[in-house]
Amino acid sequence: MIKSLSTEDTLENAGLTAVEDFANWARANSLWILAFGTGCGAIELRPLMTARFDANRFGVAGRPTPRQSSVFVIGGYASVKTLKRIIRSYEQMQGPKFVIALGICPVNGGMYFDSYNTINQFDLYIPVDLYITGCMPRPEVLVAGIVELQKKIKQGRCDGANRYIENFDWYKANQKKVIKNWDMPDYNW
Amino acid sequence: MIAEWIGKIGNFTLTLLIVTAYGLFMTAFIERIIAKVQGRIGIPYWQPVLNILKNFFKRTAISHGYMFYLGPVFRIAGGIGTLAFIPVIYGSETFSNFSMAGDLFLVIYFMFFGQLGMALGAGESGHPYSAIGIARGLSQMTAYEVPFALAVISIVIQYDTLSITEIVAAQQGGWENWTVFTNWVATLAAMLAFLGMTGYSPFDIFLAPQEIPIGPPTEFHSAYLSFMSLNRALFGATKLVLFMNLFFGGATGLIELMIKTWLIYMVAIVIGVAFPRFRVDQAIRFFFKIPTLIGIMSIVYAQMMLTS
Repeated sequence: MIKSLSTEDTLENAGLTAVEDFANWARANSLWILAFGTGCGAIELRPLMTARFDANRFGVAGRPTPRQSSVFVIGGYASVKTLKRIIRSYEQMQGPKFVIALGICPVNGGMYFDSYNTINQFDLYIPVDLYITGCMPRPEVLVAGIVELQKKIKQGRCDGANRYIENFDWYKANQKKVIKNWDMPDYNW
Repeated sequence: MIAEWIGKIGNFTLTLLIVTAYGLFMTAFIERIIAKVQGRIGIPYWQPVLNILKNFFKRTAISHGYMFYLGPVFRIAGGIGTLAFIPVIYGSETFSNFSMAGDLFLVIYFMFFGQLGMALGAGESGHPYSAIGIARGLSQMTAYEVPFALAVISIVIQYDTLSITEIVAAQQGGWENWTVFTNWVATLAAMLAFLGMTGYSPFDIFLAPQEIPIGPPTEFHSAYLSFMSLNRALFGATKLVLFMNLFFGGATGLIELMIKTWLIYMVAIVIGVAFPRFRVDQAIRFFFKIPTLIGIMSIVYAQMMLTS
C-alpha cells in the first residue's frame, strides 16, 4: 500500500517520463504552502503575501488544510510537542510534497542546541528537501529559497516524500525515540 | 435525427471549452485586478490552469466513501448542466446549446443541484469545518435565492415566457430594450443576489479562507479539487452569461459577450474590494430585507406597469 505511492511505480516505469516532466513543471509553478507556523520563523511567512514581496507571482499561495497543500515550511525551531503536530500534518499531506526548513534551528538546533525540548537535527524525523539557514532568514531569502525549490522540482530532485516512504520504519523509530507520549496512529493518512 | 444530435453535442462541447477557458482567464484577470488594488503584481495569467494541472497530477491515499467521490462529479454536472440550457450567443446556431421552451426553470434547478451535490460530498468527508462551511453556504444560498427568484418571476411576467432565447429576443433592437432599463427594479434585486452568488466579499463567509479552512472543500484534494476548481471557473462564467441574457440584452458575438460579462463581474469585484465581510447571520438578514423587498416590488412593478 505504502510502496505503491512512490514515483517509480506510477509514471516513470511506464515510460512516461515526458508526462512526469510536465507534471513536475506544473508542480513547481503552483506551490501551496501549508499555513502552519511551527516556530518563531513563521513570522517571516506572513510578509510573503504582502505587496512588498508578493509571492503570488511565483504561484505560491497559502493553504489552510494539509490535504491541499504541497509545501511544508518548518518555521525555525521545532519543540518535541510541535514535532508531533508536524508529523501528523506532514503525513496528511498528499504527495508529491516538499519540505523547506527555515532558519538554523532545524539544521543543528541553533541557539536552542542544548534545550531540553528542542529538536536538534530535524531531518532525522521528516525528510527535508531544502534548507534556508540564518537566524532569522528574511522574506527575500525565503523567496530565493522558493525559486531554488522550483528549480529542484523541475529537475525531479525533490524526492523527500519517497525517501520517507522507503525508510518509513527508520523515521518512525526516530520519531518514537523523542515523542514519549505517542498516542496517535502509526500513520495518519 | 442522429446527425443533428451529434452536431448539437459537438457544438455544445465547443461552447463548453470556450466558456471554461474564458472562465479560467477571467479568474486570473480578476485576481490580478484585486492584486493591483492591494499594490501587488498578482498571479500569472495561466496560474488557474497550472493549479488545476498540479492538483490533477497529485496522488491520493485516502477515501471517505462513495459520496465523497461523487461530490465533485455532481458539482461539475451542475456546472455543465446549467450551461447546457443557456443560449450563449443570441442568433448563433453553434452557441445556442440545448435551449428550449421553459429552460429558465431548468437552469435555476441546475444551479441548485451542484451546490447540493457539493454539500453531500463534503458532508461525507466528516470534517467539522466542512460541516460548518456547508451550513453557512446553504443558509446564505437560501437567502440570496429569494431575491433572485423574485426577480426572475418579475421578468417572466414582463416577457410572458419561460424561454431564455425569447427573453433575449425581446431585448434586441437597442440598449433601451434591455431589462436593466425596462425593468430596473428586477435587475437591482438580481444584482444584489449576484453579489451573494459570486462569493466575493462581503458575502464570502462560507469560503472563509482564513477562519474555517476554505469551507466545504476542506478535505477535497488532488483530482477532486481540480474538478471543483474547473467547475468554479465554468460555473462562474455560466452565471455571468445567464445574467447577461436575462438583464443586459444578451450578446450577438463573442466580443460583446466578453465585454458585457466582464462588466457584470466588475460590479461584484468593485463592491468586493471595497467592503468588509458580513457574518452569515448579517448576510441572511441583509438578503431577507432590502433585496427581497425590491424583488417583491419588481413583481408589482412588472404586473402594474409592464403588462397592461
